[in-house]
Amino acid sequence: MEIFNNLINGFAVVFQTVPVDLWPGAGSLVMKMPMNIILCLIGALIGTLIGVLPGIGPIATIAMLLPITYKLDPTGALIMLAGIYYGAQYGGSTTAILVNLPGEASSVVTALDGHQMAKKGRAGAALGIAAIGSFVAGTFGTILIALLAVPLTKVAQAFGAADYFSLMVLGLVCTIVLASGSVLKAIAMIFLGLLLSTIGTDSFDGMQRMTFGYAPLSDGLEFVTLAMGVFGFAEILRNLEREESRDLVEQKVTNLMPTKEDFKEAAPAVARGTLLGSILGILPGGGAVLAAFGAYALEKKLAKNPNEFGKGAIRGVAGPESANNAAAQTSFIPLLTLGIPPNAVMAIMVGAMIIKGIVPGPQIMEKQPDLFWGLIASMWVGNLMLVIINLPLIGLWVRLLRVPYRMLFPAILIFCAIGVYSINNQPFDVVLTAFFGLVGYFLLKMGFEPAPMLVAFVLGKIMEEKLRQAMLFSRGNPWVFFDFTKNPISAVLMIVSIIMLILAVLPVLRKKRDEVFVE
Amino acid sequence: MTGLRKWALAGALALGSAGAFAQSYPTKQITMIVPFAAGGPTDVIARIVSDHMSKTLGQPIIIENVGGAGGTTGSTRAAKAAPDGYTIMMGHMGTHGAAPGLYPNIAYNPQTDFEPVGLAAGTPILIVARKDFPAKDLKEFMAYVKANEAKVNNADAGPGSVSNITCILLHDMLKVNPVTIPYQGTGPLLNDLVSGKIDYACDQIVNLTPQLKAGTIKAYAVAMPARAKALPDVPTSTEGGLPDYQVSAWNAIFAPKGTPKDMVAKLNDALVKALADPATKGKLEDLGGIVPDAQGASSAALAELVKRENARWIPLLKSKVKQ
Repeated sequence: MEIFNNLINGFAVVFQTVPVDLWPGAGSLVMKMPMNIILCLIGALIGTLIGVLPGIGPIATIAMLLPITYKLDPTGALIMLAGIYYGAQYGGSTTAILVNLPGEASSVVTALDGHQMAKKGRAGAALGIAAIGSFVAGTFGTILIALLAVPLTKVAQAFGAADYFSLMVLGLVCTIVLASGSVLKAIAMIFLGLLLSTIGTDSFDGMQRMTFGYAPLSDGLEFVTLAMGVFGFAEILRNLEREESRDLVEQKVTNLMPTKEDFKEAAPAVARGTLLGSILGILPGGGAVLAAFGAYALEKKLAKNPNEFGKGAIRGVAGPESANNAAAQTSFIPLLTLGIPPNAVMAIMVGAMIIKGIVPGPQIMEKQPDLFWGLIASMWVGNLMLVIINLPLIGLWVRLLRVPYRMLFPAILIFCAIGVYSINNQPFDVVLTAFFGLVGYFLLKMGFEPAPMLVAFVLGKIMEEKLRQAMLFSRGNPWVFFDFTKNPISAVLMIVSIIMLILAVLPVLRKKRDEVFVE
Repeated sequence: MTGLRKWALAGALALGSAGAFAQSYPTKQITMIVPFAAGGPTDVIARIVSDHMSKTLGQPIIIENVGGAGGTTGSTRAAKAAPDGYTIMMGHMGTHGAAPGLYPNIAYNPQTDFEPVGLAAGTPILIVARKDFPAKDLKEFMAYVKANEAKVNNADAGPGSVSNITCILLHDMLKVNPVTIPYQGTGPLLNDLVSGKIDYACDQIVNLTPQLKAGTIKAYAVAMPARAKALPDVPTSTEGGLPDYQVSAWNAIFAPKGTPKDMVAKLNDALVKALADPATKGKLEDLGGIVPDAQGASSAALAELVKRENARWIPLLKSKVKQ
C-alpha cells in the first residue's frame, strides 16, 4: 500500500527530532527535540487563542507571524501555519457560543443554537460537542485527503462558473431555513444581505457602486465588520438595556461535558455534517460557509421537531461545526495537488512557502513528498491537539461567563475594535462596525434575524462573480444554467432549487410552515 | 564668537534635529507599506528584500499590508505619511505606473508625491494558454485570436490588475477586443486555465512557473528582450514576432515626498546591497524576477521608469477602461 507508506512517512516527518541549541552560543545545551510537533502545538494554540479573540482572524495572525517562520524550515513553518488556520477555525466557535460573536463566516451558524445553549446554562455541552465533532470531522477530512486528493481535485475542476452560481442559488434557497422567525422577514434579510454585498468596486469594470465617492468603501464591506456589528455590538446594546440581567448565563451551569443523550442526539449530525463539509470544502471560495449552513439546514429539515432549532438544539451545533472543520481540512486539496491557493489564508501560506524558496505547484507531491505528507499527517495531529487543548479549557471559558457583565462588555468591545482594525489597518472599519451595531440593534427590535443576511452577504459576492462569468462564457445566454448537455451539475442544482422554492411558496405548505416558524 | 558664526550655529540648531537625525538614521524600526495582501507577489518581494535591508540599516523593517483599491489605498497612505524616513513603501507597476489611468479620483501623483528610492525587481510577463489551445507558437496564437475574436475567452484578475492591463496592451497591439472574463485574483484564474475553461491570459511569471514546468498550461512568449532564467524554453516576444510587446511588472521602493535626500540615499544603499547579496538575489531570481544592477536600482533610474510607464499606460488605459 503506497498510501499507507506515504502516511507513515508523513508521521515520521511530524515526529522527527532535530538537535536544537537551547542556549545559542554556549554550544553545550544541544537537545534532540521533536520540532515539528512542537510547532504544530504552538500553531494550534495560537490559532485557538486568536480564534477566541473576536475579529482577529487567521489571515491577520498568519500575516503577523510570517517573519517568525523565516527562521524555520519549510515543513515546520507550514505545519505551524496550518495549525493556526484550523485552530482559528475552531476557536471562532468558542466566542460564537459564549458571547454570540461569530468571528468567521462559518461560525455564524454555530452562534444560532450554540449561544442559545449557553443561555440555558449548557455552554459546556455546546463547546464539548463542537470540539468532539470537529475532531471527528478533521480526522475524516485528513483521511480523505490522504486517499483521494488527486481524484477529488478533478471533481473540483469540473465545477464551472454556471455550476457555482446554481450551487449558490440553492444555498440561498436553503438560507430561508436558517430563520426561526417569520419567513417573509428572512427573505427580506436575504435581499438586504445581497444588496450589501454589492457595495464597493464592481469587479468587472471597476465602477464604484454605492460608495458615495468615499474611498474606504471602495473595497466593499468586510464580513467581520458586518458580523461584529449586527451580532456582537447589537447583542451588547440589547444586554445593556436590561440592568445587569444579561444574557450570558451566570446561574446554574449544568454539566461541563455533553451527556450521553447529547452524544446520541449529536452523533448522526456529526456524521452528516462531516460528509457535507468534506464535499463542499473542495470547492474553492465559499465552501466552508456553504458547508456550515448547509449542514444546519439539513439538520433542521431532518429533525422531528424543527422548532427546537434556534432555541438551543445540540444538533444545530454539532452538524455545522463538523461541517466547517471537515471543509477546513479538504480546502487544502487544491493547494496540495495544484499549488493553487483557494482562499486568502492559503494564499499567505503559499507566500510563506515562496519566501522559503518552494514555489508550490502541481509537482509538489513528487518533488516535496516530506512536505506534502508531513503536512497531511500534521493535520490529524493538530486536530488531536485541538481536542486536548480545548476540552480542559471548557471549564475556564464557562467560568469566563461569570465575570460581571459591566467588566466583560468593555473588554469584548475593545477586542472587537482591535480585531476589526487589524483586517485592513483602517480606522474607518471600526466606525462602520459601530454603525452596524446600531443597525443590528434596530433589526433585533423589529424581529429581523441577522443570520440570513450575513450568509446572503457572503454568498452574494461569489454569486455575482459566477453569474457574470457564466454570462460572459455563454455570451449572454441565460439558459446556460439549465443546459443538461453542457452544464449537467448546474441544471440539476437549478431544478432542485426551483422545486424547493415552489415548496416554499405553495400556499398550503406555506401555512403549515408559518405554524412551524412563527413563535 | 563672531556674528556670522552665531548665525550659523543658530541655523545649525534650527536644522539640527533633521541633520543629527539623518546622520544616525535609522534609530528605530522602519515601516514598509505593502499595498497588497500578505503572500502576494509584491508582498513576497518586499519581505525578501527588506529582510536583507534591515541588516544593513541596523533596524528592523516591519511590513504593513494595507490592501485595497488595486493598491491605491496603501499608496495613498504612504504618500501622506510623515516624510521622516520611517515610512516607506513597496510600489509596483500598477500603483505607480498605471493607476492614474485606472482611477480617476486617485489621491496621489506617482511622480510628484514620492521620492523614488530604487527598483527592487522586474517581473516578466508571459502570454499563457490552456494546454490544448490550438495555436503552436506566438505567430499562430496571434493569427488564431484575430480569426476567432468572437469565440476566444481571455481572462484576467480583475480591472487594474497586472494581468488585466498587460492583456489590454496585447489586445491593443493585435487590434482585437475579445471577451475578457475577470476573476477574483490570479488563483481562481489559474484554476480555470489549468482545467481548460478559459483560453489564454497574460500574467506574471511568479504565478505561472510551477504550472508551466508541470505542463498543465503552456506559454507562447515572455514579454522581454531576453529569455527568463527560470523558463529558458519560453521564447521572447521578439523571437515570436511581436517585438513591441515589452512589459514587466516591476516592484520598487518609494518614500513620501520630502523625505531628506540623505535618508533616501541610505535606503537606496541598503537596497543595492540587498540586491547584490547572492542569497537575496537568488531568491528573487528563483521567482523569475529580474534583479537590477546598482545603476538600474538607483533613485534616478526609478524616477525615469515611473515617468516612462506613466506616459505609456495612462493614455492607453484612459481610452480602454470604462470609468
